[in-house]
Amino acid sequence: MATEALRGNLVRPRQSSGLWSDAFGRLRKNKLAMVGLVMVILLFLVAIFGPMLAPYPYTEQDLEAVLANGGRPVPPGDPHHLLGTDQIGRDLLSRLLDGARISMTVAVVVQIVVLLIGVPIGAIAGWFGGRTDNLLMRFTDVMYAFPDLLFIILLSVAFRETFFGKALDGLLLVFVAIGLTSWVTVARLVRGQILSLKETEFVEAARAIGVSDAKIVTRHLLPNGIGPIIVAVTLGIPAAILAEATLAYIGIGVQAPRASWGSLIADGQKVVRGDPHLVIFPAICIATALISFTFLGDGLRDALDPKLKGKQ
Amino acid sequence: MPAEDAGTGAEMPTIIEVSSDEARRVGAERSLGAVEHKADKLLEVRGLSTHFFTPDGVVQAVDDVSFDVDYGETLGLVGESGCGKSVTALSVARLVPNPPGRIVAGEIMFDGINLLKLSDEEMRKIRGKEIGFIFQDPLTSLNPTLTIGYQIAESVRQHLGLSPRAANDRVVELLGKVGIPKARDRLGDYPFQFSGGMRQRVMIAIALSCDPKLILADEPTTALDVTIQAQILELIQTLADEFHTAVLMITHDLGIAAGMCDRVNVMYAGRIVETATVDELFEGPKMPYAWGLLDSLPRIDDIRGDRLRTIEGMPPLLIAPPDACRFAPRCNYAREVCRTDEPELTMHGAAGHLARCWATEPGGWIS
Amino acid sequence: MARYFIGRFLWIIPVLFVVSTLTFLLMHAVPGGPWAREKALPAPTVERLNQKYGLDDPIYVQYLRWAGDLVQGNLGPSYKYQDRTVNDIVGDGIGTTVQLGVMAFLLAVLVGIPLGIIAALGHNKWPDYLSTGISIVGIAMPSFVLAMLLVVLFGVTLRWFPTGGWKGPETWVMPTVALAGFPIAVIARYTRASMLEVTRKDYIRTAQSKGLPGGAVVSRHMIRNALIPVVTILGPTLAFLVTGSFIIESIFGIPGIGRYYVTSISQKDYGVLMAMTILYAFAVAFLNLVVDVLYAYIDPRIRYT
Repeated sequence: MATEALRGNLVRPRQSSGLWSDAFGRLRKNKLAMVGLVMVILLFLVAIFGPMLAPYPYTEQDLEAVLANGGRPVPPGDPHHLLGTDQIGRDLLSRLLDGARISMTVAVVVQIVVLLIGVPIGAIAGWFGGRTDNLLMRFTDVMYAFPDLLFIILLSVAFRETFFGKALDGLLLVFVAIGLTSWVTVARLVRGQILSLKETEFVEAARAIGVSDAKIVTRHLLPNGIGPIIVAVTLGIPAAILAEATLAYIGIGVQAPRASWGSLIADGQKVVRGDPHLVIFPAICIATALISFTFLGDGLRDALDPKLKGKQ
Repeated sequence: MPAEDAGTGAEMPTIIEVSSDEARRVGAERSLGAVEHKADKLLEVRGLSTHFFTPDGVVQAVDDVSFDVDYGETLGLVGESGCGKSVTALSVARLVPNPPGRIVAGEIMFDGINLLKLSDEEMRKIRGKEIGFIFQDPLTSLNPTLTIGYQIAESVRQHLGLSPRAANDRVVELLGKVGIPKARDRLGDYPFQFSGGMRQRVMIAIALSCDPKLILADEPTTALDVTIQAQILELIQTLADEFHTAVLMITHDLGIAAGMCDRVNVMYAGRIVETATVDELFEGPKMPYAWGLLDSLPRIDDIRGDRLRTIEGMPPLLIAPPDACRFAPRCNYAREVCRTDEPELTMHGAAGHLARCWATEPGGWIS
Repeated sequence: MARYFIGRFLWIIPVLFVVSTLTFLLMHAVPGGPWAREKALPAPTVERLNQKYGLDDPIYVQYLRWAGDLVQGNLGPSYKYQDRTVNDIVGDGIGTTVQLGVMAFLLAVLVGIPLGIIAALGHNKWPDYLSTGISIVGIAMPSFVLAMLLVVLFGVTLRWFPTGGWKGPETWVMPTVALAGFPIAVIARYTRASMLEVTRKDYIRTAQSKGLPGGAVVSRHMIRNALIPVVTILGPTLAFLVTGSFIIESIFGIPGIGRYYVTSISQKDYGVLMAMTILYAFAVAFLNLVVDVLYAYIDPRIRYT
């Protein structure tokens, strides 16, 4: 700390050009984070445009190719199927591209659910304090003790046959279920931010001139405390992608014939010894997504709040 | 908690509990320690330059600094924050964080040994034993998860090779000396159970634990309440006198330097700009920057009742400083020469009164 | 402080109440009952079964009956395995599941923490890169992928370890490693960041100013302080291991209770499902409490009141 203060003394502060451009400057110097950012952008592009560029629809079966290969999945490197096919001749590349769409949708939708639940609860708890705070925080305790996966599986099974359960090929339900179990971190973070900011002078000033509570929270507190929330959300994305892949692996969530990366691995597992490509390529996709968001999240954390370094 | 400090400063408990032979032997050595001098001066710093290699460029935090400390003397090193005084002290103990900092030039003779030539291992044996360090912020300078007793005993055991029991006795003795009541009962306490002033007493006990020849006190009272500041300063002075320990007193407060020191070095922007005895400096400072420092002292006889005077402007950036008087941009008396040539540290007036100023040099435009 | 922890322990009871109530309601909202088979049972049979197990009672009666049994240590009947009680099922498998979880936890801590420390001490040198590389692999691979990789590599190709079962130490290795992979990465990353932060603390400079050897500064002053924040993630890590073991159990065919985790839901085996929920919720809440005790022990500043 002292060495930092000392370093700070040695170099006179540059012209401050705002929190965000400072943070972006720091982010740009972080190589891993920039790699992560580029990969994340690529993943989103693939998710949006990939299925249009896919050589085949993900459902199309090229049985002839499989028969020509002696009834076995086409290996990668085939002129018609770059990454090969599965047992019934579906093009792996096309299926992976569709899977990217699923994973990136998880990334976005789960975090939206998390924010929609976590931010209001945290803000209310932090702002009103006292009994409200106590009640809401006890509720987050309960959520914390809830076995996540069990809860998600239960929800998925319970609502599988409803309209809600069938929306988006069964994905919406999974996304909401994952979101329902992941908002606690954000709620606690928002509460902490609000608690500490509440005492600061600019809030006193806003109160003194009669600004309403809701307005202070939305106009003053949230913008000032948004850095850690962005970090939490970014680092929540790989967790959500992993949760979706795990659920898909055990057969919950996306319904056939659509396949997420996790369910592709589950399908490929049966033939992993003879045709490892059916497992390896989806595993590489998952790894890429997890690593990219983790790098970006780590970089954002270091850039947005140096004090938070290394903490989640 | 601050109540603990009340009254413990002035009346120093003199009861020294010596309950083991080992501790008694250490006590005996201590009273002899001051006699054998291996060199003319305890500390001779010559041409010390410490640079920090940052992404924004090389910061010349300490630039060609030279000064001496006599055996048993208290020397002041005064300047604004960021002038390089702390880095100077860290350089003497070779504690400059590397990277980004590095001592790039100079010689530090300590009791006849050039510290910059020592191996890390040899330096480690001097650090804590011959040179004690008191840091600025007692709240963060003690390890929060180790007991007070352990943190003091640690250096005694390291350097004097005392057994755990003898070390314990020594710690109790030290805590008594720095004015912590019921010392034996507090060995197992953690820093958070002590007030700021008490923690600084613990820091002093650590610094003194092996009876060092030199103590580097880096703004030891800046983080403390005003009432406690005086007690701590008095404690340092009393103990330094008692043990015949030299002190390099680093402070931004000329008032503290005046009260504690025999001689004062004024630092500005990585350089020493004036050296004089305290009396000389207060009677006739020869550097406009030192005038500014003196002027900004609050005075009881100040009848004008206006705001504290401060020195206008900011110290210069220490990346590639120009060949000029570094104070010139903020100096009311600067002329062309000040902006084109840097003055040397030369004799101004009385013997031993050196300053770095064209204006007050013999023949300058201010006399 | 004892008072505080007793209070915290008692707080687990309402948590379990809420968790079990929610699960119970959700479970009964699922259409179909435990008697749904490929070939539908005749209606009178279903009726008789329902009557036998009290499934035709109102839900709150069923819940109260279940809760009353639970208090007496009776987890009720299994609808799927009609010759066994839930107590039998849990009793048979829980030891294995706990053993797997504890071994994976120890492995994660014993590998993750040193890995993080080594990385921080060799900051920006090869130990750092090696450790970061291992962390990245751990983060990038879901446990089921890691498990599959281990099976193919060390089970099928090299034949070092058996690919399944739970019959002695050689069968424990691969499941434990597969389960511990992700937590190792998380703990190592966290430890490294925490160590690097501690390196910059004033008290480390104080320790150096005492002339302590470098090893003493690291072992006495840095590691303990660096581990304090690491302890906070041990709770979630334990929870992850406890709830995440079911996939590993099914991949390696381990006779723990994890495999009932999914099957009890799909088979509407209410008794087993409720037992799983209660056990996992209790484990998570209790382990978090243990972590808090540990936290108070390692950081003297923390005094719960």
